Amino acid sequence: MSHYQHVKVHRQRALVVLPIVSLSLFFLSWELVVDFGLVPQTLLAPPSAVVKMFFAKLTSTAPDGLLLQEHAWISIKEAFLGYFLALLVGIPLGLAMGWFRLAEGLARPIFEFIRPIPPIAWIPLTIYWFGIGLTGKVFIIWIGGIVPCVINAYAGVRMTNPVFLQMARLYGATSWQMFRTVCIPSALPMVFGALQIALAWCWMNLVGAELLAANGGLGFLIQSGRKLGRPDLVVLGMVTVALTGVIIGLAIDRIEKKLLAGMRR
Amino acid sequence: MHNIKIACENVSKTFLQKGDTRVDVLKDVSITVRDNEFVVILGPGQCGKTTLLRMIAGFEKPTTGRVLMDGQPVGGPGRDKGFVFQSYMLFAWRTVRGNVEVGLRMRGVPKAERRVISQQYIDMVGLTGFENHYPHQLSGGMKQRVGIARAYCNDPQIMLLDEPFGQLDAQTRLYMEKETERIWLQEKRTVIFVTNNIDEALTLGDRIYTMKDKLPGTLCNCYEVDLPRPRESTDKEFLRLRKQIIEESELVL
Ligand SMILES: Nc1ncnc2c1ncn2[C@@H]1O[C@H](COP(=O)(O)OP(=O)(O)OP(=O)(O)O)[C@@H](O)[C@H]1O
Ligand SMILES: [Mg+2]
Repeated sequence: MSHYQHVKVHRQRALVVLPIVSLSLFFLSWELVVDFGLVPQTLLAPPSAVVKMFFAKLTSTAPDGLLLQEHAWISIKEAFLGYFLALLVGIPLGLAMGWFRLAEGLARPIFEFIRPIPPIAWIPLTIYWFGIGLTGKVFIIWIGGIVPCVINAYAGVRMTNPVFLQMARLYGATSWQMFRTVCIPSALPMVFGALQIALAWCWMNLVGAELLAANGGLGFLIQSGRKLGRPDLVVLGMVTVALTGVIIGLAIDRIEKKLLAGMRR
Repeated sequence: MHNIKIACENVSKTFLQKGDTRVDVLKDVSITVRDNEFVVILGPGQCGKTTLLRMIAGFEKPTTGRVLMDGQPVGGPGRDKGFVFQSYMLFAWRTVRGNVEVGLRMRGVPKAERRVISQQYIDMVGLTGFENHYPHQLSGGMKQRVGIARAYCNDPQIMLLDEPFGQLDAQTRLYMEKETERIWLQEKRTVIFVTNNIDEALTLGDRIYTMKDKLPGTLCNCYEVDLPRPRESTDKEFLRLRKQIIEESELVL
């Protein structure tokens, strides 16, 4: 018994300590590699420079014209707008495709045709259509975000337990009733999965889009850093992308847990 | 005076598995069930009991032969047939009341009326006070009560029960059998009850059809159980019949 407990404590400690060790080692060696000139300062900024830059950018618009939080806010706004529009279209579409022959027959070919196009490949067209402002990026996020929504919602409906459908038929349910009362609730866990996947996907596409066509946002910050030959700015942009992504992911995780707990699954 | 409610005439069923494997699941099965009769189909695992019940419900069409209800071939599934599933098949996202009301809701019965009807059957199966519980908060026996209430709620003419208590422990099972008998005496219906348990069959059935334990499933014998209810498993006649069925069908257990 005590032996068992000892092992358990040991394991938990490992899970706390090891990440700290690995992160410290990672940043330390990164710092040292740059400080000792193994990698020239012009190619990579050391963590200390990034941290310094981080605090400077909170209050200074130089050299790219906007504060760090302004860039982040632009990116978040674009990502979430595109994301919500993608959910709004993708989830109902996927659900309908899973159940109604008509919807699947009509929408599937177009969907399969658009699906393999990387969202970033839409950039040239969106620049023609919308310029480099918010609309174009929202469009790119939207068209990319639809894909996981449709796939998951479709699969969710398809995975409905057939015995439930037979039972509904026994009660004289119409096709629409079966869709509403059986298929959609059965598909919900898969749909929640899509919320996570789509958001991560939207975030990545956004930064990609901003690298190529933007006048603000974290991707734009990275790109400005490259143009100005400022590795510290580039790395700061990347780190902010990562941190913001992690925070959004955690938030969605929270929300999902709450919602699913509400369903008492 | 005893009308024949359900008749299966030389019913056979062949399934195609994985596209090219033929499985004969039922062969030449003929049964008749009279109005308000409690018929038990007793057979070991994997002999096509569920398949037979599903054909009576109209989920499957017989490959050959006919299934008649009131002299007419059974069409598709419909609310004149109640079905209690072997695995409970409750909606995890609905409360007890929500599950019981499913059929009424699909028929567009107004809420107030729905409440009255569902409450009546929730009380009947003894789940009063659990209306707002979710399935995961219920024990196995309670879950199957929900399944029974749900089927009764649609006021079916026949009730088809597919090993409803197969997943319960012996004690709960015994209790649920008594409950089933009480409910049946209270709300007379034509019942076809599938089981692999001989004591369950003898406790409940007016008549018992036994099935052979090899595919394709065929009928073995039919026994009239002319014992007063409620029955005691220690009753002499009960035990004699039990012995006879075991000997004649080589049924284990
Ligand atoms: N839809 C189907 N397609 C193909 N084969 C099927 C189908 N339904 C049942 N079978 C086959 O029919 C056989 C009998 O199945 P069935 O479920 O009727 O048996 P059962 O007597 O109810 O068994 P149990 O006691 O385990 O519930 C099984 O071997 C199964 O593989
Ligand atoms: Mg079965």
